[in-house]
Order: sequence, then C-alpha cells, then structure tokens
Amino acid sequence: MNPIEQAIVWLNDPLNWTNPGGVLDRLGEHLYISAAAVALGCLIAWPVGLWLGHTGRGGGAVVLISNLTLSIPTIALLTILPLTFLGFGKPPVIIALAVFAIPPLLANAYTGVRQVDPETREAARGMGLSGGQVLRRVELPLAVPYLAAGFRTAAVQVIATAALASFVNGGGLGQIISAGFGLGMSVGGGQILAGGLLVAVLAVLVEGVLAVVERAVTPRPLRRTRGRAARRQAAPVGKA
Amino acid sequence: MSFRGLSSLTVLAGERFAYEGPGNPWFSWRYVRDNSETILAALREHATLTAQAVVIAAVVALPLAVVAYWFRPLTGPILALSGVLYTIPSLALLAFVAPYVGTTNPASVLIALVLYALLLMVRNTLAGLNQVPEEARDAALGMGYGRLGRLLRIDLPLALPGIITGVRLATVSTVALVTVGSLIGFGGLGDLILGGFRNNFYKAEILTGTILCVGLALVLDLLLAGIGRLLTPWARGSVR
Repeated sequence: MNPIEQAIVWLNDPLNWTNPGGVLDRLGEHLYISAAAVALGCLIAWPVGLWLGHTGRGGGAVVLISNLTLSIPTIALLTILPLTFLGFGKPPVIIALAVFAIPPLLANAYTGVRQVDPETREAARGMGLSGGQVLRRVELPLAVPYLAAGFRTAAVQVIATAALASFVNGGGLGQIISAGFGLGMSVGGGQILAGGLLVAVLAVLVEGVLAVVERAVTPRPLRRTRGRAARRQAAPVGKA
Repeated sequence: MSFRGLSSLTVLAGERFAYEGPGNPWFSWRYVRDNSETILAALREHATLTAQAVVIAAVVALPLAVVAYWFRPLTGPILALSGVLYTIPSLALLAFVAPYVGTTNPASVLIALVLYALLLMVRNTLAGLNQVPEEARDAALGMGYGRLGRLLRIDLPLALPGIITGVRLATVSTVALVTVGSLIGFGGLGDLILGGFRNNFYKAEILTGTILCVGLALVLDLLLAGIGRLLTPWARGSVR
C-alpha cells in the first residue's frame, strides 16, 4: 500500500476520529490553543500598536520587533518557556504562540493608524476632538481594514505554529504527525500524511474564512484599491 | 534510590518542573567546551541546509519572477499559488514530503525549506521588478534595448533592492525554519534544542542551540545587507 492509500484508510477509520487523542480531540486542542494565543496577542499588540501609531512614535521599534521575532525559532520558545516559572501545560504554549502573533498584529495596527490621511486628522482636531477622541472615532474606524488584515495573518501563522507544539507534547493536530513519525514510516506513513493533510486543510480554511471576514469589515470604497496589497505587506511574517 | 525514581516519575507525569537549582543552569561554558564538536557539527549542518535552500530557491525564483513580470496574465496565478502554498504549515509539508523522500534523508527538510524561501523571493523580486520606473523602461526601449538586454541591463539592476530584501527575508526565516527538521533528526541546531528538551530538560543545551540559531540569522542578515549595500551604491541612504 502506498502512503496515500494508507492515509485514506487511516482517515476512514472512525476510531481515529473519536478515540481519546483522536482527530476531534486534537482539533479541539488546536483551536483552543490558537484562539487563546491570538486573543492574547490582540490584547497586547492592538492597544500598543494603535497608541504608537496615534503618537507617531516607535516606528523603528515596531520594525525591530518584527525582524527579531522572525529570527527566533518557534521550537526554541516552545522548549524554553515550559522550563521557566510558567511550568508545563498549555500556558507556556499559548504564550509562545502569542509571541509570534504579535508582530503582524502590531505592525498592522501601527500602519493602520499612520496611513490615515493627515487632513482627516487635522479636520477632526479642528472640530474640537481631543487626542483620545480622534483615536477612537476617526483613526480606529479607518484602521479597521488593517487590523483585520493583521488578524488574518496572525491567526494563520498561529495555526501553523500550533502544529509544532507537538514537539514538546503540547497537544494539537501536530501530535498526530509526531506520533506517526514515532511509529516509523512503514506503519505510520498513512497517519503522517493524514495528519499533514488535516493541518494544511485547517490552515487554508482559516485563511479563507478570515479573508471573507476581512472583506466584510472593509468599507466598500476601500476594497478595490491598492490598499489591500499594502495591508498585507505591512509586516514580514515568519514561517512556522 | 527508589525514592528518587518515584519523584522523577511524578515530574514525567506532568506535575511541575522540579529540576530548578544549581544542577541545571541556563548556560554553562563547561557544556560548550565538552560538546564543542557536536555543537559545531550542528552549526555546520544548519548553515549548510540554509545555504543550499537559499541558493536553490534563488536559482528557481529569479526566472519565475521574470516570467511573471514579462507575462502579466501569469502574475496573478503565480502570486495566488505562492500565497496558498505559503499558508501550508511547515510540519504538514514535512509530513507530505517525508513518506516519499524518506525520514533518513535531509532532502525531506531541504524541499520544504526551498519551497518557503522560493515563495518569499518570488514575491519580493516581482515587487522589485514592478518598481522599475516606467521612464527608465521607456528610455531603454528608445535606446534600442531588446527584451533580454533590457532585463539584464536595466530591469534587474534596478530591482536589486527588492531582490536583496527577498533574499534577506528568506535567509532569516530559513534559519529559524531549519529547526523544524529536528522532527526527523535533520534540524541542525534544532536537534540541540529538541535534544536538550528530551534529554531531561538540559537547559544549557537548549539555550546554546537557541543563541547560535538567532546569532546565525543575525550574522547572515548583516552579511547580506552589506553585500546589498555594495551592489546598490545609488540606493545608499534610502535603503536600510
């Protein structure tokens, strides 16, 4: 049997889905870890990015943070954090993934506020809006498409990174692949391929769904401009 | 003795990490001295895999970007395909490749590395080519340059900043990505990181691998930035 047939057989076995540690369990873990990491990343990166963009300072720092995290191997954080005071379990994994979610969120929030037309900002100030009001009522709404683009990039990145959590027994769909490698190619070949397929489909699916969301929250006049390309280019994204 | 065995069992059961203390420092010169050969071998493997991946990717990416540049209808499909491929998590890609290439073959890792580096380079090279000013292209046409001559003498030199950005991004992200190969034992410094984790959480080994990995990325990035500065003397001051 070639690996593809093996993979089909593996995917067709209902027990592989419903067993403890089966696909459904792992999918739940994967989504939980990813959602928590992205939420944590948003909680940190968005306020900071919006504020830095509003004051117009810290652009260099944003670039520096993006480039630095690009060079940190995911596995390093995943192995180091459990050995600190955080202890084993899900928290270190979630924090490690959040670290990789922050650069796209931060850079896009910053760029989103910076790209607001200065005349718009001036007009808002002229109408008597305070700094905080300008940020809340003018800059934030105009930055929403950028925030959505950053969210999409970060979420896909985290889904991919979460697969690596299996290296440190952190759960998620990657666990199926790792277990398959543990079994060896002749026995686990199908399982490896099936696990890879599940992870890839999940990533592409999330990317697709969030692309629709991004489009939905982008006001109509902004959709068909070159802004979209610019939004996706706001930060170089690490690969995991 | 049996007492000790019992306590390490509880640690394995996932309670809390109990190895804090002087026995397991985060960094130790003694570890580096005693294992210098292993460390250097890992560093060499890491650098070799990175270099091979980046060079192969560059050789393929350049013609591909030129094709996308010359034949405009192909630009969309090439970029869309590369976007979808880039979405696929590295672990999944490794799972697709390994059953066919084999788990005892570093080529499994290399294929995944080349693919991701390729996508970064195609995108950035194309962006660089598209930034060539229309006037320069018109002038070249008026001076009687043919298609190939214009590409070699006008377009590619002017696109150099974009090309170099692509190579730098690809190199840095490849250095971090090589570590994923440690799943099948060809992860360069990633083998140290994961090996340290599996070897009773040997912190010195983990951190040495991490530091060297980040260091390698920074050194290569600076090196490429320097080469870029030498190659594009006209861009000094405007390019980082």
